[in-house]
Amino acid sequence: MKYEEIVHRCFRCGYCKFTSDYSDFNCPSYRKFRFDTYAPGGRMWLIRAWLNNEIKNSERFQEIIFSCATCASCVEHCVFPFSDDLVNIIIAAREELVNQGIIPPVVRDYLKSINIHGNPYKEPAKERGAWAHDTPVKSYDGHEYLFYTGCVGSYDEKGKKIAKAVGTLLAKSGVSLGILGSREMCDGNEVRALGEAGLFKLLAEGNISLFKELGVKKIITLDPHAFNTFIRDYPELGGEFEVYHYTQMLASLIESKKIPLNEYKARVTLHDPCYLGRHNGEYEAPRKVLRAIPGLELIEMDQNRENAFCCGGGGGNFFTDILGGGQDSPNRIRVRNAFDTGAGILVVACTQCARMFEDAVISEGLEDSLEVLDVAELVLRAL
Amino acid sequence: MSDIIRLLSEIVGPQFVSNQPEELYFYGRDPGLMSAHKPDCVVLPKTAEEIQEIVRLAVSEKIPVVPMGAGMSLSGLVIPLQGGIVIDMKRMDRIIEVNENARYVIVEGGVSTGLLKAYLDRNHPRLRFSIPDSPATATVVANVMIHGQGRLSQQYGFNSDMVSGLEVVLASGDICKIGSCSLSPDWFSKGAPLPDLSGLFLGWFGATGIITKAAIKLYPKKKMRDVEIFITDSEDFIPGIIYELTHTEMVEDINVFAQPLPMIFKDNQHVVIYYTGDTDEELEFKRKMIFHALDRFIKNKDGGFMSVASGMKETLLEMPQRSASTFADVTKGGGFEYSGPIIVIEKYPQCARKLDELAAKYDLKYHATARVIGRGHCMMFAFSFTFNRADSGMLDRTRQALHEAGEYALRAGGVFWKPTVDEQKMAIEKMDPHTLDLMKMIKKNLDPNGIMNPGNWEVA
Amino acid sequence: MFALKFDENLCKSCTTCDCLVKCQYMNFETNDAKVEMLKIFKGDDSSVLQDCVTCYSCEEYCKRGNHPFYLITERRQEKGILTAPRAITRQWINIGEPRGKYELGEIKEKILSFGFMPQFLQSVQGKLFDDDMPSYVFGQEFFCNVVYIHFADTSIIKQRLPMVIDNFKKLRVKEVVFMHDECYAAFTSLAPAYGMEIPFKSVHYFEYLYERLQELRDEIRPLNYRVAYQRPCSNRLCADTHHFVEDIMKLIGIDLVQRTYEGENALCCGSIFRAMYGYELANDVQTRNIDDMEENGAEYCIFNCHGCQNALAAKVAKRGIKPIHIVELCRLAIGEKPDMEVA
Repeated sequence: MKYEEIVHRCFRCGYCKFTSDYSDFNCPSYRKFRFDTYAPGGRMWLIRAWLNNEIKNSERFQEIIFSCATCASCVEHCVFPFSDDLVNIIIAAREELVNQGIIPPVVRDYLKSINIHGNPYKEPAKERGAWAHDTPVKSYDGHEYLFYTGCVGSYDEKGKKIAKAVGTLLAKSGVSLGILGSREMCDGNEVRALGEAGLFKLLAEGNISLFKELGVKKIITLDPHAFNTFIRDYPELGGEFEVYHYTQMLASLIESKKIPLNEYKARVTLHDPCYLGRHNGEYEAPRKVLRAIPGLELIEMDQNRENAFCCGGGGGNFFTDILGGGQDSPNRIRVRNAFDTGAGILVVACTQCARMFEDAVISEGLEDSLEVLDVAELVLRAL
Repeated sequence: MSDIIRLLSEIVGPQFVSNQPEELYFYGRDPGLMSAHKPDCVVLPKTAEEIQEIVRLAVSEKIPVVPMGAGMSLSGLVIPLQGGIVIDMKRMDRIIEVNENARYVIVEGGVSTGLLKAYLDRNHPRLRFSIPDSPATATVVANVMIHGQGRLSQQYGFNSDMVSGLEVVLASGDICKIGSCSLSPDWFSKGAPLPDLSGLFLGWFGATGIITKAAIKLYPKKKMRDVEIFITDSEDFIPGIIYELTHTEMVEDINVFAQPLPMIFKDNQHVVIYYTGDTDEELEFKRKMIFHALDRFIKNKDGGFMSVASGMKETLLEMPQRSASTFADVTKGGGFEYSGPIIVIEKYPQCARKLDELAAKYDLKYHATARVIGRGHCMMFAFSFTFNRADSGMLDRTRQALHEAGEYALRAGGVFWKPTVDEQKMAIEKMDPHTLDLMKMIKKNLDPNGIMNPGNWEVA
Repeated sequence: MFALKFDENLCKSCTTCDCLVKCQYMNFETNDAKVEMLKIFKGDDSSVLQDCVTCYSCEEYCKRGNHPFYLITERRQEKGILTAPRAITRQWINIGEPRGKYELGEIKEKILSFGFMPQFLQSVQGKLFDDDMPSYVFGQEFFCNVVYIHFADTSIIKQRLPMVIDNFKKLRVKEVVFMHDECYAAFTSLAPAYGMEIPFKSVHYFEYLYERLQELRDEIRPLNYRVAYQRPCSNRLCADTHHFVEDIMKLIGIDLVQRTYEGENALCCGSIFRAMYGYELANDVQTRNIDDMEENGAEYCIFNCHGCQNALAAKVAKRGIKPIHIVELCRLAIGEKPDMEVA
């Protein structure tokens, strides 16, 4: 297994579980399951036990390994020099399980669906660009930017709304951008995170070759997950592009007064997506946008920026739902955090977080008091 | 067993019970060097009432119960030596009450030291507790139960001396209150002026009952803290240095350490001196007193205050000190363990020399650390070795070195702190027989069925 | 073995004996001073050997090119007179031991030497250094070891400095810009005093900065701060570079405040005093020094040595005087935003 030489170095001290000030446990799977086995230290010790044949690959073991949301809070808080590799180690273990073919059925179904349909929704590729029909966003044709929507933005109801909001805003602000529509393929970030390295490579290489064939130089992603893999994984496969998350584009358009904003009175709180924040260090772009809206009051949750508590959707859990269910599911905990700030709107910058929280708001019975809006949806209200 | 699992599920909810191999593996060991032993199952209760029911079930089924916080003692105190039910206390994480004026806090059995620190920092900025250097996951209750020490131990003694009340689930399943709270709504004293019954539970590692709540004393938190390091080239000067420093009554905490690497620490003994103040003037006055207290050592060139660069200062002033855990990675191997006798400070030189000798003999990387407890009344001296978990030879050598350190400390007049079962046996062999009889009587009466963390403080 | 070149006749014919007469820590009249220096030369006992606090200043006070402080150091070592507590000396010697952990940038004929001061790995950036960075060295292998004169230990210098010279030689460099006085002085003062040959040209970073700032003159935005300069002990070993401070400040539009403790009368940062003698001397020197900065209206305290900065930064900051290293100040003047150490 990759990283095998590191696994025994975990002391299981548990700093990885916390926020920086220790005010709460910040590992989403530990918060849900509460056995130490579901925390990073537990996983490290169990992976080692499994490699040493002291435990076997079981349903429980798979649940433990695949419930990691790859949110990188452990990477942020582990005190040891190998902290940067904590998520990589979990993914390496998943790769081993995938190679052995013994994985949770939900994971298998997800990977199968991507393999066969090119998306986890088992929808036809031609539907990918449907969200753009009544928007000024056109098919990519040598535009300055490729607007990469991703699976959730293309097929999920909330995702499509966000794609529409972002696409419309950017196009109306004069950004030259186009989408791939039916030619778009899954970016593979979750495929990689779920340990299917071969399929990920296939997807990434397919995307890279298509982007190159179309002459794409710059990409705006809707989803921080695609943003992450385009920046972190594609270059070593030969895909060097200038990649932006749409919040970065909005921040700069607003700064240069290309999106004039009117007053919009609201108290909002912001959830940092793990793949924008912790994985890629971008905490400011969405905040810049919010701070630019006159009348808007941003109230931070206690756990913000590098201490943000994951929605529970990362690492493929959005699709596999291993972390879902019950009042301790991470999305419900996070929605309660948001509600506790007194904000009326929970602002997100990720289609997966958006959907996770919309579901959680219903489970928590907060439909009348907490609205989940994407940064772009909020900006539209302030136009 | 399936019946027990079902019954436990009824008590705490099925998602909080496990007899799966993964949990049995993990909860059957700790990060130290004691042999693993699997529990039969692990439960995560939320309330004291649930623990009562678990204990009653355990009594009726005659199966052991072993309470566990973060499992960070390193000496195997939460390894279920005879199987049974491991009770992971960490879901009992409520901070129940802070009495600002009487300066105490009541916490549930699973509240971590990290959480309590964060809570006080945010809500009671003028109060603090004696934070140990164990990781922030360590629970407050486990820490006092093992007679831990912390940042305030030089001033106020063992962290267990700072307990001001307990709630315990006895082996009968009854809940018992210890201290002023047994007849008053206020948790200000663990014993006095009543007979102090807290000793029936503190230091017993769960062998007499399960602590479900504890009140601990809080202390004034000054606005500023600073640290100085006095270094000397001979361990022989350490007792004198500590005597002078404790005499000032100006010091928050005193730790001594020696280690061969990095080079800045090679061949010297380091006395880390923490002090606090509400104003610059107060801090400066204390600094001056501390420096002057050691003038004779400076004048004789026997020691001096080293420059502490800002990075090192930051590391030292951190609470809890995360760097304490990173000792586990010195050999890139994920482990360290220490034999940590409580011993009088005049024995520091011989302990330090013994540690050098053991490290050379067993070819191990070491760290000597001593924490002053009380105004020089005693210290915890840690014979600490770091090891590579993946190197079985090194694990054996570390075990031997620790065993030898333990034997040495006992001979030198030390008393084991949080002893492993092996050290407990060594202590029992040496103990006054009447003391032993008394312990036996207590254990027999409080745990007639022998199900409370059995194997620990087992008096034959 | 390398022996100190000290000319007794220069002392005999000296009319001022400034080395000891000007000493800030001892009181000597000219005649007594001469007697004392000659006693020291002969190897006799002298109160100076006990009382010298190692401020290095006599190396500057002596205008005749003799090396009073190096002599005092030699004699102290011969007689086993310790300046610092043994543990402090031991610690410093251990820190400087070469361990093969040095860092080399992309080495060219001209390099910048950070000695063993890691702060320069962060601060030496930007346009001022564009021409030469990343041609740099850092680590114990390039650490001049001069600091051991504080500890009356020249034997360690004689043992290590030739190795350091050899390490530079192996890099085949022609010119070395030293970012710290002590390193520069090692090769321009101490090594020559002991007859060691230096196979490269030594440049003080003051001169380097001054020249670069002149080249970048158009980009300079006068800072108009009032600053006090904390002159380090080690600048006494290369006093001929001192004028650059004023030159540089003029270039970047800085008003160097006139103060009591400046130039030859500068006060030590106190960090060595603290380690050697404890509280009083260090506190006295630091208090007078900072009072003087404050009384003369300094807004900034500029440092040339990170040792001084570590000792004084927090203390000056408490008085509302901002601490900053000269390199960072110069970078500010050309519109850059260096990551500065926070006191």
